[in-house]
Amino acid sequence: MYEAKENNGNVIEAVDLVKRFGNFVANDRLTFSVQRGEIFGFLGANGAGKTTAIRILCGLSKPTSGQIRVAGYDVYTRTEKIKQRIGYMSQRFSLYEDLTVWENFRFFGGIYRMKSALIRERADQMLGRLGILELSDAVIASLPPGIRQKLAFSVAILHKPEIVFLDEPTGGVDPVTRRQFWEMIYEAAATGITVFVTTHYMDEAEYCNRVSIMVDGKIEALDTPEQLKKTYNAGSMNDVFLKLARRNEEQMKE
Amino acid sequence: MKRFIIKEFLHIFRDVRSMLILFGMPLVQVLLFGFAITNEIRDARVAVVDAVPDVVTKDLRNKLFASGYFTGGDILAGQHEIDERFRQGDVKMVVVFEPEFAQKLERGENPVVQLIADASDPNAAKLLVNYATGIINGYNRSLGTYPPQAVIAEPRMMYNPSLKGVYMFVPGIITILLMLVSAMMTSISIAREKEAGTMEVLLVSPLKPISIILGKVTPYVVLSFINAVSILLMSYYVFGVPVKGSLLLLLAESILFILLALSLGIFISTVANNQQTAMMLSMFALMLPTILLSGFIFPIENMPAVLQWISLLMPPRWFIFIIKSIMLKGAGLTYFWKETLILTAMTGVFILASIRKFKIRLD
Amino acid sequence: MRTIFYIMQKEFIQVFRNRMMLPVIFLMPLVQLLILSYAVTFEIKNIRLYITDNDNSVASRALLEHFRSSDFYHISGESADALHGLEELKEGEIHQQLVILPGFEKQVVSGSPARVQVLTDAINGSAAALMNAYTLSVIESYNREVLSHMQGFPPKMVQVSWRYWFNPALDYKTYMIPGILVLLVTLIGMFLAGMNVVREKEIGTIEQINVTPIRKVQFIAGKLLPFWIIALAELAFGLALSVLLFNIPIVGNIFLIFLVASVYLVVVMGLGLFISTITNTQQQSMFLSWFFLVIFILMSGLFTPVESMPHWALQLNTLNPIAYFIRIMRMIMLKGSGFQDIVKPMLYLSAYGITILSLAVWRYRKTS
Repeated sequence: MYEAKENNGNVIEAVDLVKRFGNFVANDRLTFSVQRGEIFGFLGANGAGKTTAIRILCGLSKPTSGQIRVAGYDVYTRTEKIKQRIGYMSQRFSLYEDLTVWENFRFFGGIYRMKSALIRERADQMLGRLGILELSDAVIASLPPGIRQKLAFSVAILHKPEIVFLDEPTGGVDPVTRRQFWEMIYEAAATGITVFVTTHYMDEAEYCNRVSIMVDGKIEALDTPEQLKKTYNAGSMNDVFLKLARRNEEQMKE
Repeated sequence: MKRFIIKEFLHIFRDVRSMLILFGMPLVQVLLFGFAITNEIRDARVAVVDAVPDVVTKDLRNKLFASGYFTGGDILAGQHEIDERFRQGDVKMVVVFEPEFAQKLERGENPVVQLIADASDPNAAKLLVNYATGIINGYNRSLGTYPPQAVIAEPRMMYNPSLKGVYMFVPGIITILLMLVSAMMTSISIAREKEAGTMEVLLVSPLKPISIILGKVTPYVVLSFINAVSILLMSYYVFGVPVKGSLLLLLAESILFILLALSLGIFISTVANNQQTAMMLSMFALMLPTILLSGFIFPIENMPAVLQWISLLMPPRWFIFIIKSIMLKGAGLTYFWKETLILTAMTGVFILASIRKFKIRLD
Repeated sequence: MRTIFYIMQKEFIQVFRNRMMLPVIFLMPLVQLLILSYAVTFEIKNIRLYITDNDNSVASRALLEHFRSSDFYHISGESADALHGLEELKEGEIHQQLVILPGFEKQVVSGSPARVQVLTDAINGSAAALMNAYTLSVIESYNREVLSHMQGFPPKMVQVSWRYWFNPALDYKTYMIPGILVLLVTLIGMFLAGMNVVREKEIGTIEQINVTPIRKVQFIAGKLLPFWIIALAELAFGLALSVLLFNIPIVGNIFLIFLVASVYLVVVMGLGLFISTITNTQQQSMFLSWFFLVIFILMSGLFTPVESMPHWALQLNTLNPIAYFIRIMRMIMLKGSGFQDIVKPMLYLSAYGITILSLAVWRYRKTS
């Protein structure tokens, strides 16, 4: 039963995922699945429980209950197997600021047991595409935030994971860089990497294949952006979100 | 301003572990110094070489081991075993009696007791030899043929008649603690705000820089003060260390020293830009000198001249002198107005230096 | 194995890129050896003595001559007013006051013992005891001088002679330096290694490592090995300094020293690591490390003799790694003790290291 199981092309399957911190329910019976090669948007306001969920899927935190499989492996028992197949970019910037670009690549590639030559090749390739090949020996601390963010993403997909989890990857980044960042996400998806991305920018939801919207720890809606706009009779994803939030508030009052 | 100070207090108190250490450390240290750590030598392991035991050697051995200074009393087969015993590390001294001891004494040939000490610890070796010599001299006197004394010394131990170690250590611990809490904690906590970027948020707020600094240090002033008082209370009630002089004066001098330590901490934080640097600087600039060059454990007058000069620059040196004078000698301000003045001047210098540094950064 | 290598490589780069680090690593031993070895001494020289001679006779001047000619004493005041000397004692200007009362000579000559008052500032109890002992022995030698004039025949008595092995000159530096080297290695092991993991926690990079398939043991080995190597290099540097600068002989086997040090380092680094797994910020971690370090150092026998501590303290001390290492270092360096002499403490240190390291590995969580 420990063998990897994938149901109809789903790389992530969560059924009734619950995470409690004491009395506080951060994730309330989340049920969703993500298909291979999909860009899955995980939306919600700040504090809605997105980071909690993403940390559980990455094996950084244990769920309280529910059945969850990532890359076909059970998150309760097989987190180490899962970790070989995923990449993660956390909300907090997490490259070593006192190391150079190349040293960061080499370090993280090494941890994933990649061969040195392969690390070099992929790093050059990625830096080349970003047009910053000459910054290879620059110390991270000396680089502007936009470039750092792109580098963090490059490091997260350096080992070609099946799934990459991005937690608020565009927080605090200017619109132009955000645009470029999403192009990088598309390129990664095109190579077959499943992208699981959380954001609270509703316009970014338009770029996703499917989105789920979380409000107060619960998934309130889950569909393609087009379908969601149709269902809620809204002009943009922003309106969808506002309508959901309002509905939730009214329910709370009752 | 009030809100701000409350925020700082919350920061500190919410961190339970730090609080425990902050209040636990001084108590544990005072207890350790009071009960466990002493400079005296008691129960040192001593072995004996006594090839031909007789009445006199047995008598001398009994006297030695009944003194409380020595334990053990293993009989070695001969001198060749001494080296091995010393290298094993347990035995600190070997007492060697020459053969035919009693007969020689009877014949007036003055037999020799040789004391062989493991002087890898020179201090202990000297003390052990002193103790043993004293005991043997006492035996000589009891023989009755030993001449009477021409001069008898009447020693009086002033201020600490029973030679308690705590008397020495309490002032030192109070000083270390005030230094640690006031200077180290402030410098690190300011460096932390800088590192986290929250310092800038505070600087752009309508609060004046001086209020920010005051807000940051007030909790530490209060904490240090509580700490100092709790050590005083404990040393008084548990170890009977007196406060012979004015308590009010003692507290006032403590506040002066706390201010000095805080201004030093602020100065360090203006130099350091992250916690690790602040930590390293505090360790080098504060802890080592406080412990070593202040006269806390090691008397300054025994150090080489260079170190004595350096120790003149160490604030703890002056403060320790002041508290010792107040607590143990019952001296008043007339005895240490000079030291007080030095501390005040040092405080002024550090405050001025920090203000200058601070302004440069803001420009 | 390769994974560990990548972590080590990264740690080394980070340590040496930090501009503060190199000076700290190489200046620290120098400064510590210089300051500690000279500052830390219980030898008493220059006892500041105040003399009050109210007899002012040939006999009293003869006694005082013994003090004046001694290197240990510095006569810093002299007057007929004993109260003035007492005042100086209170001001901390003098250490000791010697008061000779009127009629001193008469009593000495008549054979009824004359009394001399010796007042000592005893706040530093142990120093006071030593000063007192010196003074008594000076008076004793005066006694012998007087009596040898008075009595014709030598008395029947036991003679005492003494020899100081391993350090005949009673040089305190020789004794302190092995201990200081231990301190040095300990600071590096406990702070650099321990603080390192908390730092990654605080800046968030540890998350990035926790989502990788790296094993706990690999991570910890990769983290500790660089500092293990740095600390041993530091020890080598410190040993070289003590031999070249301080002429401290290393009587025992130098490889044995490194063998013990490498086991000992596992213990302190394990402790540092353990502390870093139960704390979240560098400040907390440093505080906790300080707390234990101060206790460990004070009870280690570095400054004060271990043997005279009460039973419960000795029992507590079995948990004190510094005490073991200082003892062993002094044995090897000063007395040339061999492996068979230190087997027991070595076994103990090894067991300690394994325990604390397993505890640290167990406590280190990749998940929260």
